[in-house]
Parts: sequence; C-alpha cells; structure tokens
Amino acid sequence: MIFPAILFFVCALLAIVGAVMVILAREPIHSALALILVMMSLAVLYLLLGAEFIAAVQILVYAGAIMILFVTVIMVINAGVEERTDFSKIAKFAGLPLGFFLLLETAHWLYHSAIGAAIANGPGAHAEAFSTRELSTELFRRYLLPFEATSILILIAVLGALVLARKDE
Amino acid sequence: MSVIPISYYLVLSAVLFGLGVVAFVFKRNVITVFMSVELMLNAVNLAFVAFARAHGQVDGLAYVFFVIVVAAAEAAVGLAIVVMLAQNRESLNVERMNSLKF
Repeated sequence: MIFPAILFFVCALLAIVGAVMVILAREPIHSALALILVMMSLAVLYLLLGAEFIAAVQILVYAGAIMILFVTVIMVINAGVEERTDFSKIAKFAGLPLGFFLLLETAHWLYHSAIGAAIANGPGAHAEAFSTRELSTELFRRYLLPFEATSILILIAVLGALVLARKDE
Repeated sequence: MSVIPISYYLVLSAVLFGLGVVAFVFKRNVITVFMSVELMLNAVNLAFVAFARAHGQVDGLAYVFFVIVVAAAEAAVGLAIVVMLAQNRESLNVERMNSLKF
C-alpha cells in the first residue's frame, strides 16, 4: 500500500510548488496557471481522501469555472507585469524576524498542546469512502435551508455582476 | 487506503494557507491579491475534507460544497469590480487605490 503515499507526496509537492509560483510569478496569467495546478493537485488529494463528489466539484467549479473567469478577466483588461514596490525598512528588519518567530512559537505551542496531540493521535482515516448518496441525503435534509440560501446568493451575485459590468448610458 | 495520517493533510493545509496569506500581503496586483484569497479558501477546504474523513462524518463535505458555491459567487462579483477598476483607473496596483485614505 505504498502507492497512496507516493501519490500524496507528489500532489502535496505540486500544490506547494504551485502556491510558491503564485507568489513568485510577475505576470498575473502565470499566477493564474499556477493556481490551477494547486487546484488540480488538491482535487487528487480529495480523491485520495475518498471524497469523489468534492473532487469533481473542485475540478468543474474551481479549476473550470472560477479560474476560466480569472484568466478571461486577465486577458480582457490586459494586465501586464506587476510593479514591485520596496517594503519598508522596519518591515524588513523587524517584521520578517518577528513573523518568523511567531510562526516558530505557534508551531511549538501547537506541538505541545492538547489540540496538537488530539490531531496527531486522533481518529485515523476511515477505510470506506464517502458515498455521494450519503452526502446528497445530508445536503437535502439537514442542510436544505442553507442550500436554498446559496441559490438566492448566486442569483444576487449574478445581478450584482451585471449591474457592476454594465456600461453607463 | 488509509496509510496517510490525517495530520499530514492538516500540515499541507496550513502550509498552503500560510502561502496564501504571504501572497495576499506581498502581491501588488488586484487580480493576484484576489487569487490568493482563493488559495486560502482551497487550503481551508482541504482541512474540512481531512477532518470529515477523520471523524467519518459527511458534514465537512457539505461545508466544502457551500464554501465552493460562495467562492464562485464571490469571484463573479469581485471580478466585475476588477473590470470596473480597470476601466476607471490606469493602474491595477493596490498601492494606488488610496482614494478612501486620508
């Protein structure tokens, strides 16, 4: 059973490399493509966790719809190379070490805390995958009201996008 | 199937969220700042799925579904705002967007 472990580490590495590329790329279009890489490898990780429906939705909605929207907008407004501005001296000499120190301290605290121990020794991954039937039953019974609320939210978002993008007469 | 401990997924989620925060702070283009928000949402989704798996409950997956739907709505409105900004201003640099500043 070594194959899932290899798949996990390859996808985790791809996701982290993609996220670093999002930061380092100068052109917005390169950032967008790197973000698609992150989303694709996360979809593989969802499959590995047994959440098939979420993996499909991740590819269809995130990597498909949302990122296509991003790429289209980048091309429409012709966003070029982004300008870089120097960050201040205080940020460079005090902020970065202090931020790193905060990170170390949080990691140390989490490592020794009850929460960290509970996560590390907690229940392992269950053997059986989630069935889409189970998820949809939950979605249409317990979460019916939020589900209907999201449809109204999407209607409002469509109207808002139309109003914003409309040309003034 | 379950050889990978759930904590690995949580560490990966934390690393991705941290990189998203760094991108949010460091990037100067409105679109890439917006993309780093999406990166953070993705990291949180991974933590949701990992916890749902660890506890064997479907609720986490339902929340991920809602997060994805809300992110789609947010992207639609946010990108419309970005298009508006691009039409009305010459630059998309966030440091130039200071008309609400004293």
